[in-house]
Amino acid sequence: MSETGAGAGPAFSTREVVVRYPGAAVNALDRVTMEVPEGLLYAVLGPNGSGKSTLMRALLGVTPVRSGSVSIAGRALPTWTRKALALHIGVVAQAEVLAFPIRVRDFVAMGRYPHLGPLQPEREQDREAITTALVRCDATHLEGRFAHTLSGGEFQRIRLARALAQEPDTLVLDEPTASLDLRHEMGILELLRASTREGMTVVLVTHHLNTAARFADRMILLTEGSVAAEGTPQEVLQEDTLEQVYGWPVAVRTDPITGAPAVTPLS
Amino acid sequence: MKAATLTLVLVLAVGAAIVLDVTLGSADLGLGEVWSALWGGGDLRSQQVVQSLRLPRAMLAVLVGGGLGVAGAVFQALLRNPLAEPYILGISSGAATGAVGVLVFGLVAAGSWALPLAAFAGALLAIFLVFGVAVASDQHLDVRVLLLAGVVVGAFFSAAIAFMLSISSAATVRSAVLWMMGSLGNPSWGTVAIIAAYTVPSVLALIALARPLNLLALGEETATYLGTDSERVKRVAYGVASLLTAAGVAAAGVIGFVGLVVPHTLRLIIGSDYRLLLPLSFLGGAAFLTVADVVATTAFAPVRLPIGVVTAFLGVPVFLVLLRRSLGGSR
Repeated sequence: MSETGAGAGPAFSTREVVVRYPGAAVNALDRVTMEVPEGLLYAVLGPNGSGKSTLMRALLGVTPVRSGSVSIAGRALPTWTRKALALHIGVVAQAEVLAFPIRVRDFVAMGRYPHLGPLQPEREQDREAITTALVRCDATHLEGRFAHTLSGGEFQRIRLARALAQEPDTLVLDEPTASLDLRHEMGILELLRASTREGMTVVLVTHHLNTAARFADRMILLTEGSVAAEGTPQEVLQEDTLEQVYGWPVAVRTDPITGAPAVTPLS
Repeated sequence: MKAATLTLVLVLAVGAAIVLDVTLGSADLGLGEVWSALWGGGDLRSQQVVQSLRLPRAMLAVLVGGGLGVAGAVFQALLRNPLAEPYILGISSGAATGAVGVLVFGLVAAGSWALPLAAFAGALLAIFLVFGVAVASDQHLDVRVLLLAGVVVGAFFSAAIAFMLSISSAATVRSAVLWMMGSLGNPSWGTVAIIAAYTVPSVLALIALARPLNLLALGEETATYLGTDSERVKRVAYGVASLLTAAGVAAAGVIGFVGLVVPHTLRLIIGSDYRLLLPLSFLGGAAFLTVADVVATTAFAPVRLPIGVVTAFLGVPVFLVLLRRSLGGSR
């Protein structure tokens, strides 16, 4: 399904990656080695400041890596151009502030920019991709609105729609459901799961252990920039590991309805 | 309003403004006389007035006004700030330092080219300093550092101007102040050609960057994820927009409000898609500055007002009305 010649290896892999921010005394990521297999929903978990977003930004090549290496689809990250990456990976980053008013349709249409030349007008296939993305994110009715007048949840959905309009093989999302109500949170998560069944790889950075337990195929748990655990939800979500990482007692039971591990903080 | 309609309106406005600017002036020529003088008919004096005084000045107004409109829109996207304008990074202070230096130290005698050349050199020096500081303090071009560097470099040049003016005669101060308020003067066709050589390629290059500029207005990280080499686009766009501003300021002094009011007004009408906004900002800036020149020339004839005064008098009320209307519309 790739149009970029990718697909010759895991969606992402890192070897001994070290990231340190300028002026910081400790490494934000400390020798992280991990692999995101193709076609899975992969969750990145950890407490505040554990390096979740840094790992995401290192995987995407926007935070410089001090040592170690990152590969995307089997190719070393530095050999990718930004345009080739944008054809391959759609990203919904944590925050985005609009500087100028823009209509929702134009906002989502920006997802097509990597497919178009500098002055090339929209083609039929671009319009189709935009419409499909709006439908999938339940945002068609917002098309003519100005993006800055949307609610937090609506804005989040059009950001996802823009990433889907890129028609990527891989989606990377940083806390995409943070401001969504129950219906739209489930809508997005179901959409992500359905996308992985169609062969897409999804990397989901999240705080919510139970969301990850229920929807992720595999997960990585970070603590202070290092890998605390990696594997299936059952393997990673162990009581003693979680207590150590979060510094809080928890109980892990199997959810009787979903069958996934359910983490309950104790008090 | 549809973009096509607005384009047509602006093209007609530029045309009408040029006609007015060439027709009206202290030499009382009728439309028919101007028309025949344009094509080499009529008497020698009216030919001279139209062909070597009025037409080049109207052309300069079109080029400088259009360039300022485009540069303003580009700075607004790069700095992600609707209040940005072409002079925000200290280019005007640098140019003014060069120009005032020439006036104060009597270098005008060296030739008519001395003042614009010194203004251009001052503008380039300001650009060089601001970018030098911004890039040296970090590996990449940081918007906040750039703004601070612009403010500080601008303040330094302003102090240099104040110093030079404080040691010069009243007549020199007067001509320096008038230059700083902007003036199209009586440009030769050579000047117009040089400014055209700067403006036309710069404007086309910036229009070709319209899509990445749309993305940069969303933020650098988002632009990067959508396939833009943000660092490269930023450098090219800053560089070209700065050169465009420097050329304008060298030829016509510091003309405020065009780069702020024109893109902003158009934004309120057609939105912020740079593929439309940049070409329309050129047309809007061209029409606005040419009309301002008509007013500057005729309002208190035979005294010609500094054109920067006229752009402020005309631009501010128009802008306030539009701002009020757009706020009313979105409520």
